[in-house]
Amino acid sequence: MNKYPLKKIRDDFPILSSKINNHNLVYFDNAATTQKPKSVIDSISNYYKNYNANIHRGIHTLAEKATEEFEQTRSLIKNFIGASSTKEIIFTRGTTEGLNLISSSLAKFHLKEGDEIIISEMEHHSNIVPWQMIANSNKLTLKVIEVSKEGEINIDHFKSLITDKTKLVSLVYISNTLGTINPVQNIIKICSQHNIISVIDGAQSSAHKKINVKSLNCDFYVFSAHKMYGPTGVGVVFGKEKILEKMPPYMGGGEMIKDVSFSKTSYNDLPYKFEAGTPNIGDVIGFKEAIKYIEDIGIENIESHEISLKKYAEKALNNIDGIKIVGTAKNKIGIFSFITKNVHYYDLGLLLDAKGIALRTGHHCTQPLMDKFDLDGTARLSLAIYNTTDEIDYFVDSLIKLMKR
Amino acid sequence: MTTTQTQNDIVEDFKVLEEDFEMTLNYLMEIGEKMDDYDEELKSDDNLVKGCQSKVWLSHELKGGKIFFSGDSNTSITKGLLSLLIKIFSGQTPEDILNTKLYFINKTGLCRFIGTQRSNGLEAMENKFKIIALSNK
Repeated sequence: MNKYPLKKIRDDFPILSSKINNHNLVYFDNAATTQKPKSVIDSISNYYKNYNANIHRGIHTLAEKATEEFEQTRSLIKNFIGASSTKEIIFTRGTTEGLNLISSSLAKFHLKEGDEIIISEMEHHSNIVPWQMIANSNKLTLKVIEVSKEGEINIDHFKSLITDKTKLVSLVYISNTLGTINPVQNIIKICSQHNIISVIDGAQSSAHKKINVKSLNCDFYVFSAHKMYGPTGVGVVFGKEKILEKMPPYMGGGEMIKDVSFSKTSYNDLPYKFEAGTPNIGDVIGFKEAIKYIEDIGIENIESHEISLKKYAEKALNNIDGIKIVGTAKNKIGIFSFITKNVHYYDLGLLLDAKGIALRTGHHCTQPLMDKFDLDGTARLSLAIYNTTDEIDYFVDSLIKLMKR
Repeated sequence: MTTTQTQNDIVEDFKVLEEDFEMTLNYLMEIGEKMDDYDEELKSDDNLVKGCQSKVWLSHELKGGKIFFSGDSNTSITKGLLSLLIKIFSGQTPEDILNTKLYFINKTGLCRFIGTQRSNGLEAMENKFKIIALSNK
């Protein structure tokens, strides 16, 4: 492996050279959203400057160019996650919309009264509420896999929840709060043995791990562009073609139709059946550059950089007296939720912000998980490709000073 | 002292901080620490003003037509903000409380504690003072 081009990477992200409250920005809120490289920002601007047009229906040159660029993103994503066909790649506004698309559509034809759905205690609200909504409307039962005090899924408990009524399992790959990497491969295998549909929330995994939906063999994999150096407002649902074919549309409108009359409408083919209305063209095009950016560095190189950063941060945090890390799974990424003995996380977040350090505080949209750990929130540090050990040193140093006040 | 006079004093006190964020936070925590102890028994749901990330408790007594407030927060910075509001509103009549516009916020660099960010609940705190005033009118 070549030397990791950290300096070049940092130079590629214009925001990283900005000053926050008179300090150099230290951006540790990557699990909420990552920063964007110049290539992404420029490509969005280039679209609006040079070939803005609505896609798929236009016959003029600009529409052709916009359609081509848009569809190139779809092909690139297909290859990036190892899908079989671009028919399996549906654009959404983000992971949340993706999960809502899957749940609403499946609620219309597959999930019937008495059926059971399994999620886990560590799910983001986005992977709880959509299932609760259809559980209420369709009279389904929602079952929840237990999480250990270290923040790991209890596989035996999962197995014990499966009955002949279990129709679907929806699980987060990497927890946004704990950083735990779940054994999704194992879970998916069990699902397919029992003919259960598997949905993987890939919001936190797609920028940090090599993803191959074929080897995972999941039925659905959902993620967002903005957590992988791309723009906000774009997400992807991967779904196996044979299931997507059977699923009814999520929304009605333009693009998703073949023919419309007042007596009957026939729907378009995949993936367009699920893409009603004018999509977020400029940002989908920007997303292409984000994928290229990740591929240029190499996901394996990113992974090894982030693993060494994680180990460095873990060691440093463990050396601080009066700090408790929430989520100590053996297999985890560089996400550290923590509380301190004497400083409330809200004060901590503001005081660190005054030092130029951006991190997240609160319940991280995982309130049931917080209840489980008897907390109302934590401070959370989350690492990405451009973070450095110097930044971790500065953070730890600032944190120790604040805790000594 | 009128609410205007108190607000002017606060604006004057904050001037030395030159809107430096770190100094402002430290100052808020200092004035929060100086608040009178708050009875644990008063930390009830009725007295709770729930922000997204911090808790505030506010209670009051009515003496001679004027309202006297006391309160606490589980976070130091919010407690500092609360102490400013208590300083402004305590000892005022319900009418005066309801008629007060909190202009000091914009003149002290504290604007980031109100408005679009839900996390701190300065606005929720102000509302709680005014609801108490309204119910004692």
